Amino acid sequence: MKKWELKNQRDAFGEALVELGEQRSDIVVASADLSCSVKTGVFAEHFPERHFNFGIAEQNMISACAGFAAAGKTAFASTFAIFVTGRVYDQIRQSVAYPKLDVKIVATHAGITVGGDGATHQMIEDLALMRVLPNMTVIVPADAPETKRAVMAAAEFKGPVYIRLGRANIPVCTDIPECQDFEIGKASIMREGADITLVGTGIMVAKCLEAAEDLKKHKIDAKVINMSTIKPMDEKTLIKAARETGGMVTAEEHNVMVGMGSAVAMTLVENFHVPMKRVGIRDSFGESGTSDELMEKYGLTVDHIVDAAHDVMKRRGR
Amino acid sequence: MKIFPSLISKEYEVRVYSPLHIGAGIVVNSYPDEDIKMLEEMAGKVRRHIIEMIYGAGSGHPGGSLSATDVLVALYFMEMNHKADDPKWEDRDRFVLSKGHAAPTLYACLAESGYFPVDELKTIRKIGSRLQGHPDMRKTPGVEASTGSEGQGLSMGIGMALAAKLDRKKYRTYVMLGDGENNCGQIWEAAMSASQFKIDNLVAIIDRNKLQLDGPTEKIMSLEPLGDKWKAFGWNVIEIEGHNFREILAAFKKAKETKGHPSVIIANTIKGKGVSFMEGAVGFHGKSPSKDEYEKAMKELGGD
Repeated sequence: MKKWELKNQRDAFGEALVELGEQRSDIVVASADLSCSVKTGVFAEHFPERHFNFGIAEQNMISACAGFAAAGKTAFASTFAIFVTGRVYDQIRQSVAYPKLDVKIVATHAGITVGGDGATHQMIEDLALMRVLPNMTVIVPADAPETKRAVMAAAEFKGPVYIRLGRANIPVCTDIPECQDFEIGKASIMREGADITLVGTGIMVAKCLEAAEDLKKHKIDAKVINMSTIKPMDEKTLIKAARETGGMVTAEEHNVMVGMGSAVAMTLVENFHVPMKRVGIRDSFGESGTSDELMEKYGLTVDHIVDAAHDVMKRRGR
Repeated sequence: MKIFPSLISKEYEVRVYSPLHIGAGIVVNSYPDEDIKMLEEMAGKVRRHIIEMIYGAGSGHPGGSLSATDVLVALYFMEMNHKADDPKWEDRDRFVLSKGHAAPTLYACLAESGYFPVDELKTIRKIGSRLQGHPDMRKTPGVEASTGSEGQGLSMGIGMALAAKLDRKKYRTYVMLGDGENNCGQIWEAAMSASQFKIDNLVAIIDRNKLQLDGPTEKIMSLEPLGDKWKAFGWNVIEIEGHNFREILAAFKKAKETKGHPSVIIANTIKGKGVSFMEGAVGFHGKSPSKDEYEKAMKELGGD
């Protein structure tokens, strides 16, 4: 298997913002004292008059972005996932989602791979919070290049968007033709396969691809889907894959109770029911540790995906 | 020409920590009597609409709607540039009703301005209506922001006012806050940032009716010294009697003259103003009047 290059999603986000700033004068960007970490600082260097640092005051930041949007701007608000979802849920609900305003919330440092900061900073329920909001679109890019494509698409899109990014440098796995035309609500098939479907989102997409390689050794031919839009979910692609392969495994760096996997399960239960298993954090908070240690301890490795796939195959009598 | 002594806010002009060493100053009033009379008549009409709407809906917030009436009437019928036949006119002044529960007051002002038929007011809170229980910018022409969850409107106003500056537009943004709403932490986040960003095209108006749902503001969660708090956050504070049109208009003028700082107008009002048995009555924060009360209220407000 080829060795992937590692790149950072936050850098890609900063790059996209600068490009957008050059293309469009109606783009404004808001930070909450983390502009260096989330890379909105790069935009601030280029367009200081269009960057607003609200300090450690996320509620004010979100509602102010609603005001910007009400006055005709497209506003990006960015800080850590932990601070820009749960802490400001009501502001997002009332000020942004309900009036369907052009506010793009870009959350970085999502999931347990934040590492050493521990559970207080490891957001594992943001997809649940965001996907239950009417009018909200939820995107989880798989790597840095897809992050850039997703940010550009979100800016083009009319209405609220939540984009979830991680902290760490992660493998670039979307540099394939199938992933070049990013479209909100469209999943991409990263690898064809006939025996089982592995659906990944965010950093778990690369792991699904690795798991597929591993399964090949056991004569299991796995299809891999990159579910980069969690909402609206690409039901057509999912149902087709379920029909074609007859089994499914989902993988996400999120609480399995209510993340991408549960959304997939709901779609399948109502449309085409196949044996399925969800890989994710089993409804517990994280802790301090290195990314790799945490991924191992909380069940998010390639091996965990492979085991889940074997389990699904076994249930189908194979 | 008259001078309004209540505008000479002695308390503030002597404070050394005032960001502006101008004091509240003296504002010369030049509004003709007939304008003031027109505003007073409109306020009476709006108050009658409020009572009819809340009675008709069987629910709503009469107390805080009646206390906010005169300030809103002054804004919509004198102070703000806006066009009812072109609600999205780019250069219009913006008004955000952060205390969204006073929606009936806003709807009455919009209807009387011509944004939608006055007859439509009776549909408030009913299924399928454009007039939701709390303001909805997507449903109601003229409504600038969806509010109702307390504490968020000032932040929205900040976004609008900053957008005006970016676009080199002259429009001004007015935000009305409830006094109880000053309990919300987000108000103070917003207060801090408005002075940080020197948003002098933004005016906050606090409907200081001194009562919140559970009782007197000073008993539930003390706000005083409220003006000093805003002053400490870098705002130009103007304190007025909020049922006196000359003072209200003078305060807007004073705010307009203030450069480099946002202005807050503390409008001292009476909850339930205009209906004797609702005035100062906590019970009418969020309760519809009975049939008898409705008839009595309408009579007091000069209705038929």
